[in-house]
Amino acid sequence: MAVKVVRRPELTFWENLYIPQILSGLRITFRHFFRNLFLHTVHQLGLLKHLPASATIQYPEELRPLMSRYRSRHRLTVREDGTPRCVGCMLCETVCPARCITIVADEHPDPNVEKYPTRFDIDLGICVYCGYCVEVCPEDAIRMDTGILDLAAYSREEMQLDIHELMDPSLRKPIGECALEFPHQCELHGGEMKGSWDNVSAGSPTTVEHDATPLDHDTRR
Amino acid sequence: MIELIAIKVVLASFVLFTVLNLAGVHTWVERKQSALIQDRIGANRAPILGFRMLGIFHGVADVMKLFTKEDIVPANADKTLHALAPFFSVFFALVTFAAIPFGDFLIVGDRVIELQVAKLDVALLYVFAMLSLGVYGVILAGFASRNNFAIMGGMRAAAQMISYEIALGMSIVGVVMVYGTLDLAELVRAQGHLIGGWVPMWGILTQPVAFVVFLTAALAETKRLPFDLPEAESEIIGYFVEYSGMKFGMFFLTDFLETIVVACLATTLFFGGWQVPFLMPDGFHFPWGAELLMSNWLYALLGFASFSIKSLIFMFVFMQLRWTLPRFRYDQLMGLGWKGLFPIAVANVVVTALVLVLLDQVA
Repeated sequence: MAVKVVRRPELTFWENLYIPQILSGLRITFRHFFRNLFLHTVHQLGLLKHLPASATIQYPEELRPLMSRYRSRHRLTVREDGTPRCVGCMLCETVCPARCITIVADEHPDPNVEKYPTRFDIDLGICVYCGYCVEVCPEDAIRMDTGILDLAAYSREEMQLDIHELMDPSLRKPIGECALEFPHQCELHGGEMKGSWDNVSAGSPTTVEHDATPLDHDTRR
Repeated sequence: MIELIAIKVVLASFVLFTVLNLAGVHTWVERKQSALIQDRIGANRAPILGFRMLGIFHGVADVMKLFTKEDIVPANADKTLHALAPFFSVFFALVTFAAIPFGDFLIVGDRVIELQVAKLDVALLYVFAMLSLGVYGVILAGFASRNNFAIMGGMRAAAQMISYEIALGMSIVGVVMVYGTLDLAELVRAQGHLIGGWVPMWGILTQPVAFVVFLTAALAETKRLPFDLPEAESEIIGYFVEYSGMKFGMFFLTDFLETIVVACLATTLFFGGWQVPFLMPDGFHFPWGAELLMSNWLYALLGFASFSIKSLIFMFVFMQLRWTLPRFRYDQLMGLGWKGLFPIAVANVVVTALVLVLLDQVA
C-alpha cells in the first residue's frame, strides 16, 4: 500500500510570532463588531434598513422567505361559491406514493359536475411532501402553497387533516362543528396563507404581505 | 477606630457591588458581543413586564435558574471538599480586588481616604498570591468530584495555571524594577511622572515587552479562550463536570471575576491605573503652561472614571480575543508558556536591569 505523506505548510517567522496573526484576526472580528453595532443602531433610527445587521431570522415573528415552488402544507382550493374545486376523480389518491390521501366521493346534484368529495383526508404523518398530488390534479383543486411549516402535533390523530382544515389553512384542531350540507359550504371557511412568498410569481392569489427583508449575502461582502 | 472600620466596610462594599454586578453584566456582554461578531442578534427573549432591554435580563433569568436547579453531589464524592471548591474559587478571585487602587484619595472632612480597600506594602505579591491560590479551587473541584475526567481537567488546569503564573510573575519583575515598589498605589503614583514633561511614564512605555507577556499569561490565568483547555465547555470535559446549580454558577462567576481582575491589573500596572495625563491632585497642569484647577471630589471622580474606562476597554478586548482565537493544543500551550513567554520575560528582566544600571551611571 502506498504511503501518502501529507506535507503540512511550514509556518513562516511572522506566523510563528502569533501577534501579527492575532492582530489580523482581531481586525476581522472588530470590523464585524463595529459594522453590525453601527447597523443595529441606525436600524433603530429607521435608516439603512436594506443593509442587514445580522443573518438572524427571528422565527415566530419573522418567517423565512420561501421559494415559489416550495411544497408546504396542502390545501384544497375553492370555487367562488365556496365549494371545493375537487371533483373526486381519485387521481391524487392513486398517485400518492405514501398513500396518505383518502377520498370518499359522492354524486354531485349538478349534472355538469360528476362527483364531489364528501371526505378528503390527508395524513400528514405519512405524507412525504412529494407534490405528486398537486402535479396530477386536473382541476387545480389541491395545492401545497399555504406556507405552513410548523406542523407539530401531540398525537397521530392531530396530524390527520380533514376537508375543513384543507379548505381553510388557518384552522387548527380541534375544529368546531360545521354544517356539512351540500354543496359543501364550510362555515369555518375564510383562511389566510401563512409564510412569506417573496419569490412567488406575480398574479399568484396566495401572495401575502410581510416586511421581512430578504437576505442578500452578496451585498455583505 | 470605628470610623476607620466603617470606611473600609464602605469601600469594600462598593468594590464588591461594582465587581459582582460587572461580572453579571459580563454574561450579557459575552452573548451580545459574540452575536455581533458573528452577524447574529444574540439572546433577546427574556422580558420583564414586556421590556426586553436588548436581552440584558437573560443574566437574571440565568441566575434564577441556577439557584433553583437541583444541586447534585456524586455519590462517592468528598462532600465537604466538593462544596468547598467553588467557594475557594470565588473567594480568592474576590479578595484580589482588595489591593487594587481604583482612585487616588478622597478628602472627607479632615480625613484623607485612600481609594483602595487594603493599603498593603506588598500589594503586588498579595494579588499574585491570591491568584495562585485560586488553583486550589480548581484542583479541589476535580479531586472531590471522584470523577476521572474531572480530576484530569483539574490537573490540566493546575498545570496550565502554574506554568503561566511563572511567566506572569517574571513579566511583572521588570515593572517592579522600573518603579521600585510593590505597593500598587505607589506604583500607580510613580506612573504619573512625566518623561520630558510631556509623556506620562506609564508601564506600557517603559515595559512594552512585559505588557505583551503579561497580557498573554493573564489570559491563560483566566482559563478562557484561547487557553480554555481546563474546561473547554464545547468538547473536552473539564474540572467542574460534577457540579450543578449555583455551585457551577460560582465557577462560571470565577471566570468572569478573573477576567475583571486581570483587566484591572493590566490597567494598574501598564496603563497608569487611575492616572489621567497631566492631572495633579489639585487639577490639570498642562506642559504648555495652562492650568485647570478643580476640587478634590472631581479629581477623585476623574481618577475613578479613568481607571474604570481603561479596565472596561481591557475587558472588551479580552472578550474580543476570546471570540477571535481558536484554542491552543495542550503541547502548544505548554510550549508557549515555558519556551516562549518565560524566556522572553527573563530576557526582559535582564535588559531592564542593564538599562536601569546604565541610566543610573549616566545620571
